[in-house]
Order: sequence, then C-alpha cells, then structure tokens
Amino acid sequence: MMQASENRLALATTMSVALLLLSLPAYAQGAGDPVFSPGFKFVEKTGEQLFTNVCRACHMSDGKGATGAGTYPSLAGDSNLQSSGYPVGIVVNGQRGMPAFGEVMSDDQVAAVVNYVRTHFGNNYPDAVTTEDVRAVRR
Amino acid sequence: MPNEPVTVSRRDLLSLIGTLSGSAAMYQAMTSLGFAADSGYKGPIKLDGDPKGASVLILGAGLAGMTAALELRKAGYRVQILEFNSRAGGRNWTLRGGDSFTELGGVTQTCAFEQGLYLNPGPWRIPHHHRAVLDYCRRLGVTLEPFTQLNHSAFLHASGAFGGAPQRIRDIKTDFQGQVSELLAKATQQGKLDEMVTKEDREILMQALRSWGALDRNYVYKANLISGDVRGYAKDPGGGLTAVPIPGEPIALSEILKSRLWRHLQNFARYNFQTTMFQPVGGMDMIGKAFVREVGEVIRYDAKVTRIQQDDHGVTVTYTDLKAPATPQQAKADWCICTIPLPVLSQLPINVGGRMKAAIDAVPYSSSVKIGLQFKRRFWEEDEAIYGGISYTDLPIQQIAYPNSGYNRAGRGVLLGAYIFGPNAFEFTSMPPAERIARSVEFGAAIHPQYRTEYENGISVAWHRMPFTMGCAGDWSEAARTEHYANLCQIDGRIVLAGEHASYIPAWQEGAILSSLDAITRLHDRVVKA
Repeated sequence: MMQASENRLALATTMSVALLLLSLPAYAQGAGDPVFSPGFKFVEKTGEQLFTNVCRACHMSDGKGATGAGTYPSLAGDSNLQSSGYPVGIVVNGQRGMPAFGEVMSDDQVAAVVNYVRTHFGNNYPDAVTTEDVRAVRR
Repeated sequence: MPNEPVTVSRRDLLSLIGTLSGSAAMYQAMTSLGFAADSGYKGPIKLDGDPKGASVLILGAGLAGMTAALELRKAGYRVQILEFNSRAGGRNWTLRGGDSFTELGGVTQTCAFEQGLYLNPGPWRIPHHHRAVLDYCRRLGVTLEPFTQLNHSAFLHASGAFGGAPQRIRDIKTDFQGQVSELLAKATQQGKLDEMVTKEDREILMQALRSWGALDRNYVYKANLISGDVRGYAKDPGGGLTAVPIPGEPIALSEILKSRLWRHLQNFARYNFQTTMFQPVGGMDMIGKAFVREVGEVIRYDAKVTRIQQDDHGVTVTYTDLKAPATPQQAKADWCICTIPLPVLSQLPINVGGRMKAAIDAVPYSSSVKIGLQFKRRFWEEDEAIYGGISYTDLPIQQIAYPNSGYNRAGRGVLLGAYIFGPNAFEFTSMPPAERIARSVEFGAAIHPQYRTEYENGISVAWHRMPFTMGCAGDWSEAARTEHYANLCQIDGRIVLAGEHASYIPAWQEGAILSSLDAITRLHDRVVKA
C-alpha cells in the first residue's frame, strides 16, 4: 500500500505547492507529521517518530530494508532482535555502514526506537528495553 | 630580546581578534578532520618502469577508478573497470531534463528541467587549491567557470530572528565586524589592552580597526557614508536630481548576536570555500564524461560485485551482470584497485588482512540531501539582485543556492532548494521524494515568497537512498582516523583501495583523485620491483 502511494507521489513533483502538500495522504491526515530537529541531535520522542523520521531513511516504511550495490537489512520478523542488547548496541555504536546514533540520541530515544522496532514489522518481543539498559551499553 | 616589555605575541593577539569575531571559535567547533587539508598535488603522475603487460581490475568507474585506469593504461598496464551503474562518474553526476533514476525504496524520479538547466546533486564546486582536479580538467578539456560561494546580497535567515525576515549577508557581516571593531577600539582607548599589546602596536591597531570596521574618525561605527561604502545604503547613490545616497541604519550588535546568524559567516572564511572556486561549464559531470572519452572502452557497466578474492597469482572478482543476472560472472587480473564505497564494500566477502577489513568496517557514510527546484523566472536576480552564491538558513533546508551561470537572462532557472546535513538529512531522506520537494518549497517560501507563484518542478537526491553509494561520503571520526586510516590505504597482497574515503579530504573529488594517484604509484612501484 505504502509502495503504491509512494510511486504515485513521484508524479506530484510538478504540482503547485499547496496541491503538493494536500496530495500527501499520510501527512494531510496529520498522522505522523514529519519532525525536524533544529540542531545536531534528534528531537523525535516516540519510537514511531524516531523510526518514521530517522530509521525509515534506510530500513524503509515496511522495515524490510532495500538492496542496491549493498543491502540495508530487513528488521521485519527479525530473530536477531530477540536479544535486546544487540539492537541497542547497533543503534548506539553503529555497525559498518550504519552510523552510530549514540551521540545524537538520548538513552530514552534509543530505548524508544528499539522497543518500537521489536514490537512492529512482524516482531513481537515483549521484553521492553529501559533507559538503564541503554546506559549500560554506553559504558 | 632582554629589554622588551612582556607582551602577548602577535599570534595570541590574532587569536584574540579571531575569538572576538567568532571565526576561531567557529572553526574549532568543527570536529571532522580534513577540512583544512592542502591538496599536495605535485603535477602529472610519472609511472616509470615497465609493468610487462600486467593487468589491473578496477572496481568502480568514479573519478578514482577512471583516474587509475587512465594513468595505468598510459603506463602500459591492461586495465578493466567494473561499474555498478549504467553510467560512469559515480557521485560526479549532473541531472538534466529527461534524466530519471530510482532510489532505494523503489520510487523513480524524472527530472523535468528545461533544456540547458541542471542540478549537480553530488559535488558542485571546486576549490582553486584542488590542483589535481584542475589539472585533469585542463588535460581533458573541461572548461571551468567561477562558482560563487560568497554573494554579499544573498541571505542569512533564522526563523526566530528579525521576525523571520532574511537579512543580507552584507549587512550582518559588516555590522558585526563594525561594532566588534568599535568595541575593541574602545577597549584599547580605555587602556584595557595595555598589558597585552605594546603602545606602538596599539596605535597601529586603532588604525586597522578603523579601516577594517568602517569606523568614523572617532572610532564609532554608525550610519554614514563610511559604513555605507561597505554595507551599502538605504538608498543607493544615483544619477541626476535624486542621486544623493542615504546610508542605512546598522543592525544592533545585540540583535546580530542573539540571531545566531554570525554562525554562517564561516562558510565564506573557510579554506575550502575561499575564492576563487570553480564549476565546470554545463555541469559537474563534464569531468566524468571527459574521463569516459579517454577510458570508456574499458568500462563494463551494470556489474554488481559480489566477491573479491585474491591469491598468489592474482585477483578474481565475482560479479552479477544486472542485465543478465542469472549467471554469476568473473573477472580476473593480476592486481585490483577497489574504489567501492565502504558501506557497500564492508558487506562484500574480500580476503584482505584483519586490519584492512577492520578499517573497511569502521567508516559509516554521512547523510546528505540535495533538492533542485525549477522556477518560471529567475526571481532571485530580477527581484532581489542575487546573482549566484548561497543563502543560509536555520530552516531544515539549510541552504538555498543560486545558479552561477546564465546570469541576467529572462526565462526559467533552477535553484538548489536544499542542501542538508545532519539530523535533517535523515528526516528528509525518510520522506517520500515528492514530500521532500514539497517541504523544500514550503520552507523556501519563507525566504523567497516568490516560490509560491514561480515554482514549477523539482527533483531530490537523498544520498542514503542512492543504490551505488548508500551514503554521501566517508564520515571519519578522529578515533577512526587514528586507528584505521593507514591500514585502509595499504596495499594488501594484490589489492589496494582508493576513493574519497581513502583521503584526508572527505567528500571532495580531489580526495578521490589524489588517493587514486597515491595508490597506483605505490602499486606500480611494487609491480616493477617484483
């Protein structure tokens, strides 16, 4: 569904400004308006905001990633996420092509986005990550 | 010098001035190495000695790869390039009307610019001290024209300052400099610098401040023809009966300080952004196209590398022909120059030593977004007398850049409507392309209300969505440089890496070319000695 609407949006580039903004269904409904961080750190608060505004850049709207010359891995139904320390470490420290987000996100934000990913996209891990868990990874 | 009074050195004084005017503090705020690196190009490479027909497989037909191919072939090597895209140049790329590309995620954008208009979504300007790039432009027949970085009539904008009204760079720069000069002159006159600056130097300092700060004979900065000579006028001098100029009122220092607009002034001071800067006439891809005229016949396009394997006898690279992907292909050579961007390379099986592999794995790429917007008329010239240059804003679009060609012409024009780094780059990348364009038009209209009536179409390049780089450029931390950089640049058996990531000038084409020249120099040395 999102794929089809994203392709349709590609045709909207020649419309007027007002029409452009109105033609974007998700944002016109006010659901998950984009967040713009004013400085060097992200200001998104909820896991959904963080995923939608940051992680989605590479992992895509369906969490399934993408493949070009290389691959952004899928987070959908991902058994790697079972051990919560693993995604916390990746988000804080980065890994290869994935940048480290530890300096630009707080413990709360890291916990929020990891919890969001682990409970969406076909993941259903009930053991929520806390800010203390994130702090422990940073040590 | 035993009789000299204790004073601060000239260096300390300059540092003090720098601190007052903010440039030193701003410069030190930059954390990434490499922004002040001199190019070090010594002239056309000379590869003496007979390689005895050795073969080299080059991965990537960007500037690093094509430089290697050009010079190695000239030295007698047999060369072959594998390139992922259907075109050469890599990030050296220009978008024109009719061009289309598909980003990761599947959306295809087609550029609708009028013929003759273009966007450089990757590199867009060349410092005059990037002598390797300039030398290849000369040798390959690429004509250059000036790229204007500082246009005094362009804008500095902060949504929360001056009621959101953009300010001319000229006003902020001159009024900041003038009032800071006045403060320093007062401090000098009040004896506050007596223990830091000699009497002789203080007298010269007063003259310098008066000159540099456009102060009047009382060392005051205010609205008069002296400051007007620098900051312009509320009413410019003219001809005939209504010719008398009226100087404009300077903006109060406190307003300038609070606005934070002074943060943008370093964009005009930094070594990599100083005049003279250049761009190729007709688009940055003129450089890539010039290389293709030389080495195009050795490039195999649509080749996705899947494995890099070396042994005592040579290198075997397995790749997929994207036009016929069912059967894996292999290419072999004695040696390999790998210019594959690290986010991609770090995912490929490659049998190099642990230190080089650790280095390959240590460098994520920065996030960046560029958006080109076409307008029905060049309103920035017609209405605001802005010819080329860049406006800066704290809005998420961060910059608006005006075309440095086709000046003063009636008709359509293309602006760079956004050039975004940092968190905003991720936020824009996450949006569908049409939304990026819509938002950039909405934001830009706060600076140029003409956007609303003159906008026609746009195109966006979000570098983390580009299938061939998966990021903008190597994002080295200081720690990573210390631990990994030298290891990354070594020759490992038969393999050596090149590309802007293997340089101290990240994201600059000069870094790509210099790294390539350095790599092939060392490789050639090894080949002829073997």
